[in-house]
Amino acid sequence: MLVLALIQFFIAGVGHCAGRHPEVVVADPFIELHSGPGRGYPIFYVVDRGENVEILKRRTDWFKVRSANGTEGWVARGQMQETLNPTGEKADFGGQTLADYSESRWEMGGLYGAFGGANVISAYGSFSLTPNLSLELWGSQVLGRFSNSYMASINATHLFFPEWRASPYFTLGTGAIHTKPKATLVATTDRTDQVAHVGLGVRTYLTRRFVVRAEYKSYVVFTSRNDNEEIEEWKAGFSFFF
Amino acid sequence: MESRLLVLFLTLTMLIGAGCSRDRFAQEVEEARQPPVVEPEVERRDIKPPKIDTEDFEIGGFGGLMSVEDFGVNPVVGVRFAYHITEGFFVEAAAGQTDTEETSFERLSGAAQLLTPDERKLTYYNLSLGYNLFPGEVFVGQRWAMNSSIYFVGGVGSTKFAGDERFTINFGTGFRILPTDWLALHLDFRDHVFDINLLGQDKTAHNLESHIGFTIFF
Repeated sequence: MLVLALIQFFIAGVGHCAGRHPEVVVADPFIELHSGPGRGYPIFYVVDRGENVEILKRRTDWFKVRSANGTEGWVARGQMQETLNPTGEKADFGGQTLADYSESRWEMGGLYGAFGGANVISAYGSFSLTPNLSLELWGSQVLGRFSNSYMASINATHLFFPEWRASPYFTLGTGAIHTKPKATLVATTDRTDQVAHVGLGVRTYLTRRFVVRAEYKSYVVFTSRNDNEEIEEWKAGFSFFF
Repeated sequence: MESRLLVLFLTLTMLIGAGCSRDRFAQEVEEARQPPVVEPEVERRDIKPPKIDTEDFEIGGFGGLMSVEDFGVNPVVGVRFAYHITEGFFVEAAAGQTDTEETSFERLSGAAQLLTPDERKLTYYNLSLGYNLFPGEVFVGQRWAMNSSIYFVGGVGSTKFAGDERFTINFGTGFRILPTDWLALHLDFRDHVFDINLLGQDKTAHNLESHIGFTIFF
């Protein structure tokens, strides 16, 4: 009984979903349906002006549509933007633009670079408090010749010109680093130290949700020895905003 | 006399005219104050971007064989996550694991063991950038065409093996077929390159992996 109810629910759900695909009216003389989501895929069908198409799904900048007679194919975003929605206005597909980039709040990314003489792989998540100021949480793995480290830190980052495509930023943060000397070295112990850092970097909006980012950070490791350790870090990578 | 009459007439007309116009003005003001008889029913439509199912993410698993230099060829399993940025570029995060076997040296010497059983396990993760170099279609029989792509991928990561974590560069090529829009089958060849100094001397190890896998677009 339950199974039957579930099946019915599922079918109803599917049916409901099928009816919910947004529709647009072709306003250009025609739109071209490709056999796949890419420039190189052949055009096998065209839908003429005034006809409706259902939008089934989107992949990157391609839309899978179904024409009135049931033909399904992929249409480039440039052509979809020349269609009209049911209110007779130009369809808006909410594509990410520079403005969205400036207004976005959440971001995550991965960077790679050099930490002292070692390789560093980092991932971070960031939340914007204001267009200029954001809070970032970083996790890094440092892979060196003599030791490996894990580092976690929290940063405050000030973006100087959030509305610019490429903007410099200043960053300040603190965290902890756990260092594990290589197993091949004799008489070694793991250690955990506090770190603080300042840095400068540049972020550039590329396309869609995509941002490229490069930065320099100067770290001070508060060791239990007599001298603190100073380490310079250079890295670059990609991030996405939401 | 005539002129006096004319003045009187003109004065009267002016007065009446003025009175009338004042009346009309007052009436207009009054009309404006009263609610209109017919309310204009213009419904404001909320124009929202249509909700379209966007499928730019890929998640899945793979299994295959991985050759770890000096430590034999063994089954490898892993998981993969990808995000398609454009029709060409994608970023990928992957992690895998394999068990390695004894080296020939260990086997021949009989007793000498280079690694503990725990150290023989190799795990890796990597972050890579990929490019769909040759998108295309695969034809199965006369009626079935599936989209496909040959891609190149390369990136950085870390490999945990023989008691240490090692910085690892990976690169390779893959072939992706999509039997449906949401399911992809992969055939991948990767080289994982890291430095190892297990025998006291640094050496660059090339660890070739080939695997098949599947991912689901969402």
